[in-house]
Amino acid sequence: MGILEVKDVGKRFGGLQALGDVNLSVKEQTCHAIIGPNGAGKSTLLNCLVGKLIPDTGSVMFDGSSVLGRSPHEINQMGISRVFQTPEIFGDLTVMENMMIPLFAKRDGAYRLHAIESVDSEKSLIEQAHQMLEEVNMIDKRDMHAASMSRGDKRRLEMAMCLVQNPKLLLLDEPTAGMARADTNNTIDLLKEIKEKRDITIAIIEHDMHVVFSLADRITVLAQGTPLVEDTPENIKGHPKVQEAYLGETQQV
Amino acid sequence: MFGLEKKDANLLLFVAALAIFAPFILNPFPEGSAMAQFNAGYPDLMQRFAIFGIFAIGFNILFGLTGYLSFGHAAFLGVGSYAAVWMFKLLSMNVIPAIILAVIISGLFALVIGYVSLRRSGIYFSILTLAFAQMCFALAYSVLTPITGGETGLQLALDDPRILGVSQTPEGNIPVPGLFGLEMRESFEMAVGPWVFTFNIGYYFCAIIMLLSFYLAIRIFRSPFGMMLRAIKSNQQRLNYTGLNPRPYTLAAFVISGMYAGLAGGLMASMDPLAGAERMQWTASGEVVLMTILGGVGTLIGPVLGAGLLKYMENILSKINKGVLEGWFSFMPDGMSDTFVFLTNLFVGKQWHITTGVIFMLVIIFLPGGLVELGKRISGMFRKKDDDNTKSAKAEPAE
Repeated sequence: MGILEVKDVGKRFGGLQALGDVNLSVKEQTCHAIIGPNGAGKSTLLNCLVGKLIPDTGSVMFDGSSVLGRSPHEINQMGISRVFQTPEIFGDLTVMENMMIPLFAKRDGAYRLHAIESVDSEKSLIEQAHQMLEEVNMIDKRDMHAASMSRGDKRRLEMAMCLVQNPKLLLLDEPTAGMARADTNNTIDLLKEIKEKRDITIAIIEHDMHVVFSLADRITVLAQGTPLVEDTPENIKGHPKVQEAYLGETQQV
Repeated sequence: MFGLEKKDANLLLFVAALAIFAPFILNPFPEGSAMAQFNAGYPDLMQRFAIFGIFAIGFNILFGLTGYLSFGHAAFLGVGSYAAVWMFKLLSMNVIPAIILAVIISGLFALVIGYVSLRRSGIYFSILTLAFAQMCFALAYSVLTPITGGETGLQLALDDPRILGVSQTPEGNIPVPGLFGLEMRESFEMAVGPWVFTFNIGYYFCAIIMLLSFYLAIRIFRSPFGMMLRAIKSNQQRLNYTGLNPRPYTLAAFVISGMYAGLAGGLMASMDPLAGAERMQWTASGEVVLMTILGGVGTLIGPVLGAGLLKYMENILSKINKGVLEGWFSFMPDGMSDTFVFLTNLFVGKQWHITTGVIFMLVIIFLPGGLVELGKRISGMFRKKDDDNTKSAKAEPAE
């Protein structure tokens, strides 16, 4: 039984069957990649996992309880953190403040009115934020305006904001989309390090096969809203159906 | 100091100094001189500075931090005024219970209005708050007349119960609001040469409350709560996916700023114990938006400065009439002075709104950060000069 169990999930937008009977089981402390051509329903599936969309049919269980009908903040409090395709950070705030907010959310829950004591008095949280920033090599940028950083730095910050909460499951939505090769490799190294150091499960949606094959322990190939095949990276590479549906196309380009 | 960082403590001391010495600062011109009409150091206006300062500080907690633009905050001001006057009618003329009730009642109103309005954001939120405020205004004018006094407004009367006080003074007058024997309207004057400075009890009472409100606002700005509010303005999506629920935060900000407005309304009634529905009208709500933007949205001191500037223009510019202008330009030849009087007259007196409008547009276009940005730019120019000097002396690499 995996930490994340997706059973018979279906989602329809008007006449379009975006997802049909998706079954997926993500084992604890593995990295599970979901790949597929454009329009295969990868993002829809992800949105069903984090509470942005509610599937029409099926169930999504995380760590023994259902996530269906819960709002994104509740799902995050259950232990799922999400990294977006374009980095979603608090642009008007400093890097340090960006780190403090997830720490407050982790400690105080979805809401707490602490309006009188100052942020600077939270020494232990500040210490944790510093450690995390050091881990991702951003400590020298702690007082920078988050919006003024490069895209790669924003991505690293977003990743750090998710990791500082010590989530059980980290969802990555094309974390290297639009990145230069060097940045992509940095991200891969960072993710590998995270995998080794922490008891974390990672589910990743990715287009870049280089990224997928360097990280994933298992791969699910999605095509037209249904899982085509699920297997280890070695087997996926040689799978004729996958070649035809997805990899073949990419290699021709 | 006071649990504040040095920078914030300095700001608080600066505002405190402004408030304490306001009777001097606002009366720079000798009594009876030609410039005396620009003096703003009379009790009524100084009270307004402090009261609208509170109103704008509170509004800025909502608008400046969360970015939610409420267009109905005057409703809470009006509700606060009514509550305070009712306290004067029923309980006593002491201003403390009146102000406390004003804050509580406006907080309850804000809770209800905020709960509904905050289901939407952006323009829809603004429209909802505007609708609620106009509804309050219309109700106060019509069906709620027994509570609000309708068109005439809510006034004190000689036969009010005032359980803890007296219905009327031994002389047969309506008693005046006070604080344990200190009458709010009491003032004493100090003449220094040709200058006259007025010290008014009511003003200093308002100023102390304003300073307390300002201090509380600083604490909120620097607290985790304030940081969450800025995060809401910056990226609600990320906040959701970080495990935080924005709704209670925005609602708390809305209620707090509504209570600030109620406090301002209660103080207004304490200075002059009557309340009218026009205090709730949308123009009054628009005024606090103007003040906040003029001063600098999301800054600590901006709203106080904006409130001061707007109230100064409203009270001083509107006093300048044609006669005064003719006096100013009388040194010019006839035709020329007429032209100048005509042109200047467009911007003063009853038309003072035009001047405010022009200034507001200039601020929006050239100084989106308001007066605070102006201050920053000016100090930045000086600092740059200093930097250049030190750089050439030490030849340090730039950061």
